[in-house]
Amino acid sequence: MSSLLEMKNISKSFSGNKVLSGVNLLVEEGEVHALLGENGAGKSTLMKILGGIYTKDGGTISIDGEEVQIHSVDDARDKGVSIIHQELMLAEHLTIAENIFMGREIKNKAGIVNLKKQEQIAQGFLDQYEIGLESNLRLDKLTIAKQQMVEIIRAVSFGAKIIVMDEPTSSLSDAEVEILYEMIRVLKKKAVAVIYISHRLNELYDITDRITVLRDGESVGTVVTKETKRQQLISMMVGRDLSSYYTKTDNVVNETVLKVTDLSDGNKVKRVNFDLKKGEILGIAGLVGAGRSETVECLFGLTQKKAGIIEYKGKEVAFKNPREAMAQGFGFVPEDRKQEGLFLQSDVRFNTTINIVERFLKKLLWNRQKENEIVSEKIDDMHIKVTGASQIVSKLSGGNQQKVLIARWLCSTRTVLILDEPTRGVDVKTKAEIYALIDNLAKSGMSIIMVSSELPELINMSDRVMVMCNGYSTGILKRDELSQENIMTLATTEVGA
Amino acid sequence: MEAKKTKENWFASFGRSVLAGLKTNGGIIIGLIIICIILGIMTDPFLTIRNFTNIMRQISINVILACGMTMVIILGGIDLSVGSIIAVSGCLCCGLITNMGVPSYAAIPISILAGTLVGIFNGAVISRTTIPPFIVTLAMMNIGRGFARIYTKATTILVDDELFTFIGSGTVLGGIPIHIVYMVIVIAVSALILNRTKLGRNIYAVGDNKQAAAYSGIHAKKVTMTVFVIMGFFAACAGIISSARTFSGQFNVGEGAEMDAISAVVLGGTSMSGGIGHLSGTIIGCVVIGVLNNGMNILGIDSSWQYVVKGIVVLLAVFIDYFKKIRE
Ligand SMILES: Nc1ncnc2c1ncn2[C@@H]1O[C@H](COP(=O)(O)OP(=O)(O)OP(=O)(O)O)[C@@H](O)[C@H]1O
Ligand SMILES: [Mg+2]
Repeated sequence: MSSLLEMKNISKSFSGNKVLSGVNLLVEEGEVHALLGENGAGKSTLMKILGGIYTKDGGTISIDGEEVQIHSVDDARDKGVSIIHQELMLAEHLTIAENIFMGREIKNKAGIVNLKKQEQIAQGFLDQYEIGLESNLRLDKLTIAKQQMVEIIRAVSFGAKIIVMDEPTSSLSDAEVEILYEMIRVLKKKAVAVIYISHRLNELYDITDRITVLRDGESVGTVVTKETKRQQLISMMVGRDLSSYYTKTDNVVNETVLKVTDLSDGNKVKRVNFDLKKGEILGIAGLVGAGRSETVECLFGLTQKKAGIIEYKGKEVAFKNPREAMAQGFGFVPEDRKQEGLFLQSDVRFNTTINIVERFLKKLLWNRQKENEIVSEKIDDMHIKVTGASQIVSKLSGGNQQKVLIARWLCSTRTVLILDEPTRGVDVKTKAEIYALIDNLAKSGMSIIMVSSELPELINMSDRVMVMCNGYSTGILKRDELSQENIMTLATTEVGA
Repeated sequence: MEAKKTKENWFASFGRSVLAGLKTNGGIIIGLIIICIILGIMTDPFLTIRNFTNIMRQISINVILACGMTMVIILGGIDLSVGSIIAVSGCLCCGLITNMGVPSYAAIPISILAGTLVGIFNGAVISRTTIPPFIVTLAMMNIGRGFARIYTKATTILVDDELFTFIGSGTVLGGIPIHIVYMVIVIAVSALILNRTKLGRNIYAVGDNKQAAAYSGIHAKKVTMTVFVIMGFFAACAGIISSARTFSGQFNVGEGAEMDAISAVVLGGTSMSGGIGHLSGTIIGCVVIGVLNNGMNILGIDSSWQYVVKGIVVLLAVFIDYFKKIRE
């Protein structure tokens, strides 16, 4: 019997730069098949070829044993392939039903959309997959996780046989990940194949049957998940063993840099208390919606505090905007790199140096050499995979985009660096590098606030962790108290409800 | 480190900018050369020094506007009011000199200020609200034109003034038309702003991703305001020059100038959605439009057809650009 999907010898170059060469992928019916590989290994590119977004240079794609030509997204859809992108492609101001039927509305003879009928059918799908939602809800009323469900339902409603999920969990909380798993299990039962891309190895063990590893645009091999150890996966992916994953030294100096008392932004942040010492890494934990990002955004002057006191180096401060915060030595790597972080149409150089332009743009002179030196130093230090400093950032793989964003803040010394999900979409090797980097920054006397949804990361990297629930800080755990259970208990402790 | 410290030389650096400009604008330069060759073969007077200076004079106003427009469009905006600003400053200046007897050395700065005020208004509204620049400047286009009409009572105000005449048609340094001097100054100022200042970087940043710009501590309001004020100032200066060239203030001066400026910017490869663009492209765009106008005039092509041709050229350029992007 032939496989459901067979991609053979796929190759692809972007303007002479070889990204995939001779990649093979075999996926069976009802299988959850992981694609694993470092940032820039070519996972997304391979899937975009399958989804009709890019055209391959060479190789063949067969579905159900029959060779197919996929030239566009519509082609792919006709052949039963749907991609759930990391950035959801839905219209926020339309209802669930309207989104599901977007582009193929059910119309009556006069050409008027039959909303009732659409809602009925959509509801059918929602019920079938046991998603407790009404199909006439507007999308912006839903959490990201729910929106993702809708996107998956949309794919299913197209009759998808193969659903690709490119880093689907990167903005989900643990509970939401569970819901996604549940959905994947239902898809499996219906013989749909799921291709699952994630940098979180735990997830692969949770949900996938087999794993295909890519390295530098070549397939290294396919393994059965159950029979493969973590170390084995990592060495397949990286090409060598990764000795130390977390780098953590004790750098805390007993000198309070920042003290936050009863902070509130009048919205999601209700009452937050913590202090930050010099050289300390303070983790912030909590479920999605706990107000973690909102808290750090308020510290950085992106929103204004309504109540409470922020004391910085012993003086009360209230930054009206990020400019003031930056002038005082604050730095901020935002959560959503595409919306809040990067200048996607501009090149790596521009993105890296935007905060320090006065260093090489002086008196109407542009010291390119200096700028290039700064940029290539960062590219080397952080092993950013680029064709050069002039590569446009939107053409980089997700993880490398994240590195560029972090690199931006390493160009200048900061007293307090706020990192919101710093390792989102970053591969294991790079994660290890980023951890070492963070540790080094702390060693140099910088104080770090790290918001993260990855508990192992918080537990292993933080000196202390502040836990939040519904806008309140529910406790601060010291290093020896850090454990998943302790964090989760505090993360679900309702205050003043 | 120390050994490598060759101090960046102003001219070497300038040369590199020009080279980079040529490289990014390869396509349109080839197009321009083809047009020139065709026109050179078809007509005798096209390839002469005299005609060349002519073209330079003809495109000077558009270059001034297009330089400002490049910044506006890279910022992610658009300014439709520049043609009307030309009328406001030009007519006001002529009125002040002829009807009120204000000496020209005072009338000129006053009128430039008046024109710039329109830019200040545009900038203030656009930077402080989320009203689209298209709407704000469209309204100002009508208001400005209306005022010019009211002020001139829909007639032509003639001016006889020495300084004014010199501004409009003088020569400097033994025969160089003063228009070329204006162009060089405006291009230099704009190029310096865009490529050699923090403001320039910030213009690109805001145009690329406003939210990310805010997260990087960029004062987007101030940047937007500054750009629209510069645009207003450039347009106001262009207004004085336009009126001086015809020794008169006409209420319809500069009508449609915004479209020529936008066309030049688009021809030069600047993205209408902001964040991407080069001044060098815009300048070549201006030359293309100028050469087309001039060549078609020499060929005696009816002005209605000239519009059609110019429209097609712009469409062609955008299509080529579009397909280039698709292929990537
Ligand atoms: N449109 C494009 N133009 C040029 N280069 C591209 C383009 N898309 C991807 N690349 C390059 O192809 C390589 C593979 O990118 P891809 O996005 O497939 O990586 P990935 O495995 O998904 O990585 P990540 O885990 O970081 O998401 C990268 O080096 C990237 O720079
Ligand atoms: Mg990817």
